[in-house]
Amino acid sequence: MLEAFVFYILAAALVIFGLLMITRTNPISGAMTMVGAFGALAGLYATLTASFVSIIQILVYAGGIMVLVIFVIMLLNMHPDDLEPMKARPFWVVVALLAVSTTILAPILCCVLPNKDFTWAALMPGFGTLTAVGEKIFSDFIFPFEVLSLILLTAVIGALIMAKRKL
Amino acid sequence: MLKLEHFQNFTDVHSDWLWLIVALPLLGAVLNGLLTLLSSRKVLSVKPWVYAAIGCGAAISSFVVSWEMFSQFKQNPNNPWVQELFNWIESGTFHVAFNLELNSLSGVMIVFVTFLASLIHLYSAGYMKGDEGFGRYFSYLNLFLFSMLMLVLAQDLLVLFLGWEGVGFCSYLLIGFWFEDVANAEAGKKAIILNRIGDAGFIAGLLMVFALAGTFNFNDLLGHKQVFTEVTATIICFCFFFGAAGKSAQIPLYVWLPDAMAGPTPVSALIHAATMVTAGVYLVARLHFLYVLAPWASTIIAIIGVLTALFAASIALVQNDIKKILAYSTISQLGYMFLGVGVTSYESGIFHLITHGFFKACLFLAAGSVIHALSGEQDIRKMGGLLKHIPLTSVGFLFGWIAITGIVPTLGGFFSKDEILWKALATPNSIFPFLPQILYFGGLVAAFLTAFYMTRLVILVFFGKYRGEHDVFEHIHESPAIMTWPVFLLGLLSLFIGWIGVPAAIGGADELGKFLDPLFHLSTLESNALSRSLEPTLMAVSWLVACLGVGLAWYAYGIKSAVSKNLAQWLGGLKKVLDGKYFVDEFYQATVVRFAKTIARWVSGWLIEGLLVNRLVELSIQGITRLSGAAKQVQLGFVRVYLVYIAAGAALLIYLLVH
Amino acid sequence: MDFLTPITPNHYLALSAILFAIGIAGVVTRKNVFLTLMSLELMLNAVNLSFVTFAKVRGDMTGHVFVLFVVSIAAAEACVGLAIVIALFRLKETVNLDMFKSLKD
Repeated sequence: MLEAFVFYILAAALVIFGLLMITRTNPISGAMTMVGAFGALAGLYATLTASFVSIIQILVYAGGIMVLVIFVIMLLNMHPDDLEPMKARPFWVVVALLAVSTTILAPILCCVLPNKDFTWAALMPGFGTLTAVGEKIFSDFIFPFEVLSLILLTAVIGALIMAKRKL
Repeated sequence: MLKLEHFQNFTDVHSDWLWLIVALPLLGAVLNGLLTLLSSRKVLSVKPWVYAAIGCGAAISSFVVSWEMFSQFKQNPNNPWVQELFNWIESGTFHVAFNLELNSLSGVMIVFVTFLASLIHLYSAGYMKGDEGFGRYFSYLNLFLFSMLMLVLAQDLLVLFLGWEGVGFCSYLLIGFWFEDVANAEAGKKAIILNRIGDAGFIAGLLMVFALAGTFNFNDLLGHKQVFTEVTATIICFCFFFGAAGKSAQIPLYVWLPDAMAGPTPVSALIHAATMVTAGVYLVARLHFLYVLAPWASTIIAIIGVLTALFAASIALVQNDIKKILAYSTISQLGYMFLGVGVTSYESGIFHLITHGFFKACLFLAAGSVIHALSGEQDIRKMGGLLKHIPLTSVGFLFGWIAITGIVPTLGGFFSKDEILWKALATPNSIFPFLPQILYFGGLVAAFLTAFYMTRLVILVFFGKYRGEHDVFEHIHESPAIMTWPVFLLGLLSLFIGWIGVPAAIGGADELGKFLDPLFHLSTLESNALSRSLEPTLMAVSWLVACLGVGLAWYAYGIKSAVSKNLAQWLGGLKKVLDGKYFVDEFYQATVVRFAKTIARWVSGWLIEGLLVNRLVELSIQGITRLSGAAKQVQLGFVRVYLVYIAAGAALLIYLLVH
Repeated sequence: MDFLTPITPNHYLALSAILFAIGIAGVVTRKNVFLTLMSLELMLNAVNLSFVTFAKVRGDMTGHVFVLFVVSIAAAEACVGLAIVIALFRLKETVNLDMFKSLKD
């Protein structure tokens, strides 16, 4: 009962924050609502016994990526007047939402999901902990992990070059 | 050495070889055509004698086969020989078989046609010597012969039509042979257009025959002639006569024939004297069983025939070009033939067809020799006294003159013309009781005119003083033997050809008449018994008329040439009309031709170019432009729109994968 | 209220789908490039949610590992994307996506 309650609160928060985000004019507002959405999402991960993932969500996503975004927004120093032409037109937002719902959402919600009964499996004791994640990474996914570090390196270099004033 | 006996062994199953008659000229045409093509592309170098050899060889061999077959056939003339070649059209119940039939009529015709054609081929070898289109000429000539033979031997109206069209087309090719001169090409065009107009009538007749009888075969039609009522038969016969009028140059479609003299003279001899123009008469004779059901049609044919005879003869009186005089003479004599078949006396029509073929071909070939001798001069006012200088040709021409005027009893066309006149008078007409007398009188006047203008021609060309240019006179020469001997031979034959039909009234055997009679018997109206006894009298009358004509012309042009000038003044306004050939050409030009040209201009200009080409192209251009304008919207450069495309594409993929 | 009580995986998956849809709507609609990038992040997070859900359904930690990777890649991508935005801003003084029409033929 409590579980359901928590879920619905968090889900509602998530959806509301998401909707808010896509209708904001000011990118900072958008970023803020995004952070709120991530928070709700982290909570949801917690309910799914994904403790490590939820912490990572906060740390990396909300704390790293969104901060980066905010930095860049502030760097560009846009004037409110500049933001005017980029306002979200409600009409188009509604149209887009409707279009997406009918073509993607509706089939999934109505036709696919009801036919699948997924059930929660019995979980091993250390499910979702850092130890379990570490075990998985360093046994099955060691190669992608190394490659990932290379990707990150490449991204950093690429970003540096892109943003330089002079090449 | 190929002996006739060898041939007789071959012809044991005689009708199986009928196809040779038709195939040999076709082979000659194809061979000559190929050789001409190859030599014009410098692949081969072909000497002219090769073309002549192939052409003449084809014609002569076709004649030999025809003669052989005909002699065999003559022994049993009441059983036609039929050779079935192949099934041409088979569509449901409609069945046309490509068959060749040798009956008394077609037998006589093939011998006649191939003989004349052979002589003319030989003559052409000399006449066309040095011409660039030598090979082309012989190819066309053979093709023409092939078409004519197919026309004659056809057992089916549709096959006949093939030959009919073929001869028309070949006449276009041959009239416009020297097409670098636009006038010649125009003459060829005129010929084929007028032929085509006649063909419209032919086709109308064909369609009606099919609608009523469901078949085109002559024998079937003969058996089923009860499906034709008088009215339908009249209409059909009239349609076919319209076609014949185009082919055989009767009123109103004769205007092409004088212009057709633009072609080489042997062509005029073959096509416009002996063979193609006789196709019309042949058609009417072949359809005799229909004409007997349609007295109106026959009457109209007879009337038009005699009118044409008079009309053309009157124009010939004032012509000054030797070939044009002969052309109008041909039209006039064809009128006679139609007069004959118009009074359902088909034998007399065919008889005159044969005699005319001989003497007219002789006259044309001789005229060709004369022109050749005078280095191209064709105006008779610039000729004169040629008898001394080109005796052989002149004698040949004179033989033809005797034949056409009928001045010497029993020689030449005397019997044939007389038989037509007699039958015209003697056959009662159910529609106009007084018509026979009118027809007879008209024919008599035409005979008078014929004698007059032919004598005028002969006197002005061969007698008296030479009135032409001096340097032409210097080069005057007799034609080579290959040209003079056919002329002389034809001249002789034309004198005696009349003897195949010596009438019974004066004790003759009338071989031709008796030969053709079984075929035409039922369709020939019985002649007046009283008039039958009058025949010798009528013969004398027509001879007197001929003498009158010859004598008058001799007086006017030979003895007292001043009289001819007075005559011209006396005729006065009439002469203007005659000179202008009754202004028929001008009338046609102002009415029919102008009308046709206006419509053609309208159709090609406003309709086809304006509407179809311009509007249609404009509309399609506009349509495509609009379409592309709409399609362009896809690629406006807005990144967001591209994102939409990505999203939509991804959604589609997922959808497809899931399902 | 009783039919809602057991929270099945389907609920989470439905939520993930809705979030994804919102993300697409945002990407397609917004002219401001930052908001576009953030909507893109939202989409990625929706996918993360479904990964975690399935991890719990199957009792397999692989889902979590995947989420980790996705987050890392998202970070790298955000980094590079923002660098591009800066470069573009230097060029055109605007972050309005509609202004970048050079691709138009």
